[in-house]
This record gives sequence, structure tokens and C-alpha cells, in this order.
Amino acid sequence: MVGIRSFGAYIPMFRLPLGVVSGGSRKAAAAGGAGEKAVANFDEDAVTMAVAAGRDCLEGIDREKVDALVFASTTYPYKEKQGAAVVAKALDLRRDVRTADFGGSIRAGTTAFRFALDSVLAGTAENVLVVAADCRMAAPRSALERNFGDAAAALLVAREGVVAEVVDVHSHADEIIDVWRTDHDTFVRSWEERFVVQHGYRDNVVEAVQRILAKTKLGPKDFDRVVLYAPDARSHAGVARSLGFDSAAQVVDPLFGRVGNAGAAFAPLLLALALESALPGANILWVNYGDGADAFVLRVTDAIGGARGRRAVSWHLERRAELADYDKYLRFRHLQPSEFDPRGGVGVSATVHYRDRNEDISFHGHRCRRCGTLQFPFQRVCYTCYARDEFDEVRLSDLKGRVMSYTFDFFAGSPDPPLIVTTVETEGGCRIYLQMTDANPKEVRLDLPVEFTFRKIHEYGGTPNYFWKCTPVR
Amino acid sequence: MGKDAIRDKVAIVGMGCCKFGENWDKAPEDMIVEAAFEAYEDAGIENPQEQIEAVFCGSVYPSKGTAEVADALKLFGRPVSMVQNYCATGTDAFRYGVFSIACGMYDTVMVVGFDKPKDRGVSGPNVQTAGVRGLPMTPAGWFALCAARYFETYGATREDLARIAVKNHHNGTLAPKSMLKKEITVEDVLKAPIISWPFGLYDCCAQSDGAAVAILTRRDLAKSFRDDYVLVRAVSIALAPNPQSDPTFDFLRWKPTVYAARQAYEQAGIANPFREIHVAQVHDCFTLTELLTYEDLGFCEKGAAKEHIASGTFTLEGELPVNTDGGLKSFGHPTGATGVRMIYENYKQLQGKAGPRQVKNATVALSHNIGGAPQACGMTILTMP
Repeated sequence: MVGIRSFGAYIPMFRLPLGVVSGGSRKAAAAGGAGEKAVANFDEDAVTMAVAAGRDCLEGIDREKVDALVFASTTYPYKEKQGAAVVAKALDLRRDVRTADFGGSIRAGTTAFRFALDSVLAGTAENVLVVAADCRMAAPRSALERNFGDAAAALLVAREGVVAEVVDVHSHADEIIDVWRTDHDTFVRSWEERFVVQHGYRDNVVEAVQRILAKTKLGPKDFDRVVLYAPDARSHAGVARSLGFDSAAQVVDPLFGRVGNAGAAFAPLLLALALESALPGANILWVNYGDGADAFVLRVTDAIGGARGRRAVSWHLERRAELADYDKYLRFRHLQPSEFDPRGGVGVSATVHYRDRNEDISFHGHRCRRCGTLQFPFQRVCYTCYARDEFDEVRLSDLKGRVMSYTFDFFAGSPDPPLIVTTVETEGGCRIYLQMTDANPKEVRLDLPVEFTFRKIHEYGGTPNYFWKCTPVR
Repeated sequence: MGKDAIRDKVAIVGMGCCKFGENWDKAPEDMIVEAAFEAYEDAGIENPQEQIEAVFCGSVYPSKGTAEVADALKLFGRPVSMVQNYCATGTDAFRYGVFSIACGMYDTVMVVGFDKPKDRGVSGPNVQTAGVRGLPMTPAGWFALCAARYFETYGATREDLARIAVKNHHNGTLAPKSMLKKEITVEDVLKAPIISWPFGLYDCCAQSDGAAVAILTRRDLAKSFRDDYVLVRAVSIALAPNPQSDPTFDFLRWKPTVYAARQAYEQAGIANPFREIHVAQVHDCFTLTELLTYEDLGFCEKGAAKEHIASGTFTLEGELPVNTDGGLKSFGHPTGATGVRMIYENYKQLQGKAGPRQVKNATVALSHNIGGAPQACGMTILTMP
């Protein structure tokens, strides 16, 4: 049996009210209507969100057993340089993990999933982690901007311990100019909407669904859950109805007005949402679109109960904070000039990054073999017993911590001042000097319980530079 | 440790200090020359080319290093060395000067502390970009990290810190060469923009340009320069773990000060610093630094600083006046010069030449610098013969 062994998700904490996108003034905000979209914090991007979803997915799973990691995104921060490699390093996967990026299309999430499936079917891998994340930008105040949201999802494809078996698959490719972004574009562009929906989305999805139904000899009524990508809420409802699905009973909420269209992460995110509450024996139809279409028939197994208890989508939907300040959002995305340019400066030395990557990216500390003292960053000589080079590397990202002390730094230069600076003590007594993120200064106090999250610390030198931050346990 | 190796063996016979501030119209050369020639005149040195045998420099942002000093003063053909030790740089340069005389290598040497940070176009230190973990952070953020836990443990408040700033601003108005000469109120301090909580603008010292110079000689030669020379009783430097990663750090005290004080008091034979020290210049880069330093130096019990602040113990009229010239807070903080500037003030105090800020009957004076995250501390104790 081959299928999904585990799933995870990540939705950034900030939600931008759609009314704010439409105008900014109170009147225009009212005209924008209800609803919101998920937006990445200034220190988040597709990579950090992929790491968060991957950690959620690997909760309770031995990371040494992951043979390959595939990363799907149309917004990986580098044009040249692999995304999966940094995600794998942050997830602290094996050195000989196989990695690949899937991009170029919002179908990349399911394309990567098929690659994972084929690897496991072929027997060249036991466990393949698929992470999908997108942080797409549309022109400020455009219709697409209201539509897009930022999110990530992760699916672990395996042969053992499967919670949802892949029963059958259909894929086809299609060449169409509907939605695109060139190397020179900051924002996603689109052809005329009705053409895009009719000849891009609708034609391809209908074809894919019809083909997989024919292959599996199943009818629309045989599915307990239908997980359907759609560019927008209206197209979603229209296609679901025309294919004969009961929106209320079968179709998984596409989260428009809550998360928004999360690009390559969208279909995997909705599948994670479906799996959260799926019952053993349930049939799931999962359909994705983008330069063609992918359709999957999944059957939920008795093991599904074991995959519950992770954060997945619902936890993240609950954890929200409003970002009702459009100017701040524009600063987060570098769309508004400011005195503080986080992309200026000399940047991180590549050689320092090379030496420090186990600490900075995998977030390893040192545990002294002689006296047991846990310390960060790496030491050659132990703080406590002065032993030389007698350390084991310990992954700190899984540990919980508490705030030993803190300050609010208004002078450090941040798109969202003040910078909350802390020294955190982890379980086991390791002290780490960290910034806090996704937090309000009002909630910061001594001994506040925190956990760790992988973030972009700055972009000096024109490269995204990643490190870990702490965030209040919620 | 040869704790008696330097005690009272080295004398300060001349000192100079340029006007501290945003010296836009002065080069490092101008400030070094101003301070050095004041020191020459003070010591009665007429031929520095013959009389100055070695030069010890301290600077954190030098553009040319030792040549900055050698070129400015035309002191060639002798050793000129540069010391760098965070904010204790000036104190450490002084320490090397003291050692060079105490060991018998030279008779008369010069110590030059200087820095010109205002030529860099930024307020405060540059952002480091070598490693990802170095960023972004500010010294205010480092030094503020003790506040939350100290406040909660001992019930101190921003008002207690503010009184330190008010005191140092007042003292600064009495020092001719200080940068800031403005009286402020507790309310001014509390209402100022926050830099890094709990530090508002007035809790932070003034970064400035400046230079200060000391001329040292053997005790037995001191009389040939002047009658009211000052003796060096103790000099110490200590490093401690970075408080951000030290697994045993309690956020209530700074270990570098505790370590450096232990050394200095042992050298000087001081058992009760509050009674035995008459005037002190301590590192007040931020108001909290001065507060913790009262306790770390043993001027009062841990947790008792706020009562002493309230009762005026450390004011000019108090039992142990601290930062009589305004401190880093209002005299200014050109990093490499600061330690030497403090010695300059203590030298004047011991000689009874501190004018309106003169502390009565002062014969033992302490100076203290702490720097880094903080990790390094330097101290001196000076006395009259």
C-alpha cells in the first residue's frame, strides 16, 4: 500500500482584511466586504513556511527515515540555488537525503507528490516528504491581490503506516497562457479572467475528473470528500456543481476569504484539511490545476487516527492576528521604500554561513560529553568543565524554552518595530540569544514559554539569511 | 598573582583631554594633538621627543591604527602599540603603560585613548554582517537584557534609572569639556522615545568623538615633574562569558565587573569599597549599567541600589560621588578614549582641581569600564602619595 503517511500545514499568523486591500479608508474597507487573506510576516517566505509545514508533518516521525524531500513553490527566493536543500537542512534531515525543487506552475504541489509516489512505488525510497509553499505577490490593490494568500502544506508519502492510500492517479499537461510571471516580473500577471477560467481551469479540471472517474469506475456520489483547487470561490462552486458534487456534503471548503489562493500549496493545504477529519474508509477525490491537471483518488485507512493531533490546518486557522495596516503589509513585501532597507549592507559571509550552518540552519547546539552542559552556539571548550572538543550535536528546534530576559529594541532597524530581543533557556538549560516573532510586546514576560520557528533574519547582501526565532507557545 | 607588582610604583604626572562631542570640524589628529599637548604642559614636558620613551594607544575605530598617533605627534623611533578591548580599551592601554614602567623597561611613557566614531555617518555602532547570528542587534539591546529580570527581582523601575541620568546630566554641566551641558528632569527621561526598553533616549550615553592622554613615570622620578602627582594603586582587566549564552548567567549582575573588581581590590588591599573609595567614575553607557555597577563593585548590597539612588548616595554631595564629570552619559563616549577620560577626571579630583564638581578630601579614586555584550571589564584605582 502506497500513500500518505502523515500531513502537516502552516498558515502565517497575520490576516489582512480584504477591505484594507481594497482601499485603506474606512468607507472603501466596507466596500471591500468581509473576509481576509493570510499574509506572511516580514520574516517569512516560501522556505520558512515550508519548514514549518514540514516540521508539523514530521511530528512523531523519525527524521532519519526520510529518504527524499521535494519542494514545490513558484516563489522560492532564489532563481538559481536549490530550495529543497535549505528546507532539508532546516528540517535536519539525513545528509544523503535526495532533494529536488518543483516549480514553474501552481500544479507543482501535486507534480511533486506524483514524483514522491513514483519513487516509493519504484522502491527507490521508503519515505518521501513533499513540502509545498507559496508567497505570491499580485500588483497592489489589484483583484489578484485580494485573491492570493500565503500558506504551506506537507505530505509524507510512504509505503508503511499509510493513512490515505493512493487508489489511482490521472495527470495531463496543457499549454495555455493564463497566469504567468517572468524573471523580470515582481507580480503575477493574468490573461482575461473569463478566458482563463473557461479554457484553462474548467476545461482541464473537468477532463481530469472525468478520466479518473472512468478509470476507477467511481461516480460523483462515491466520494466522501472532494478536494478541488480553484482560482477563486466562484469558479470553485461552478465546477463542483457542474461535476455533480454536493457542495455542502462533499466539497472541502476552499478557504477563500480566510486563507486565499496559496498557489502551489493550495491543493495540498486543502487535502491536509480534508485528512484532519476524514474517517476510515472514506474516499477522497483530490484535483489540482496548472498547465494541465492532476487528479487522485485516495482511500482513508484505519491508521488515520494516529495522524491526528498535529496542528495541520485548523490549528493555524484559529491562530490569527489581524494586520489591518496596508502600509505595513507593503513594507513587509518591500513594496514601499523605507529608511530601513533590509536588503542593503554587505551581507553574510558565505564562508561563515558554511561553517555555521549546523547551528544556524539545523539549529544544533552542543552537549558536553563529560558534564552534560548544553550550549549554543558551538563551543570548542566547555563553558562548565572546560573539556575540549567533547561534544555531541543536539537538535534544539524541537525543544521548548522560556524567556530568561527580554528587551524591545526600537533602534535595531525592523519593518515592524520594536524588535523583541530575548535570551531563551531551553529544556536542558541551553541559553540562546534570539529574536521573538509573531508576538505582541504586551504578551512578553519573564519565563514566558516559547518554541522555535525558522525565519528569515535579514536580507543583507541580497540573499535571504535564515536563522531561528522564538515565538510564544500557543 | 603578583598583586604587589605595580602597587604605587607608577605615577601619573600629566594628563590632557580634548573637548568631547560631535567634533565635525576636527580630525583624529586634532584631538590627539590637543589632548597630548595639554598633557605635556601639565607634566612640564618640554621635549617629548626625548622624554616619551613609548606610546600605548587605545582605539576601537581607528582609521590608520598606531600611525594615527605617531604621525600626529611625530613620535617616531620608539615603540607605539595599539590596544583594543571593547569599551575597556582606554583602561587597557593605560594598563600596558603602567606595566611597562613597573617592570623597569621605561622611565616615562604616554597613553593615548581616542576615537572618532562620528566620522562614520551612523549613530551607534555599525551593524555586523559577518554571520547571520550577529544581526540585528544594538548595544542598547544587549545591555537592556538585564533589566526585565532585575526589575522584577528587586522592584526597581525606570524612575530609578532616570535619576541616574538626571544626576549625570547635572554633573556634566559642571565639566568644561563635556559634550552635553543640559539639566534634565526625571520626567524628561521617562517621556523620551524608547530606544530599547527600558532605555529611552536619555538612558543612553552620548556617542562622541574625543581623545585623552596620560603621561606616566616611575614613582621616584615623579617629583621631578610635579609635587601633586597621582599614584596607580591597581589596574585590572577581566573577561567573562557572553551573558547571552552563558548557561549560569542570572541577569542580575555582570560577571566582568565582579571579576575585575576582585582583581583590583586585591591589588589595592581594599576590603570595604564603599568606605575606602572616595570618588568613582563608572561605565554608564546606559543608566542600568551604572545601577548594576554600584552593586557589582560592592558599593552597596545586591538589590539595594535604588534606595541609594533615592537618598543621593552617589551625587556630588553624597557619600560616594559617582561620575562627577557627567560620565559617558553627558561627557560623551568615544570608546577608546573613555577609560583615559575617567582617569583624567579622577586625577583632577585627587589633585583637588575639579572646580565646582570637586569632591572633598578625596584620596582614593576608582574608574570602571565594561564593554561587549558585555564581556570585558577594566578598572583602575588611583591614590595620592
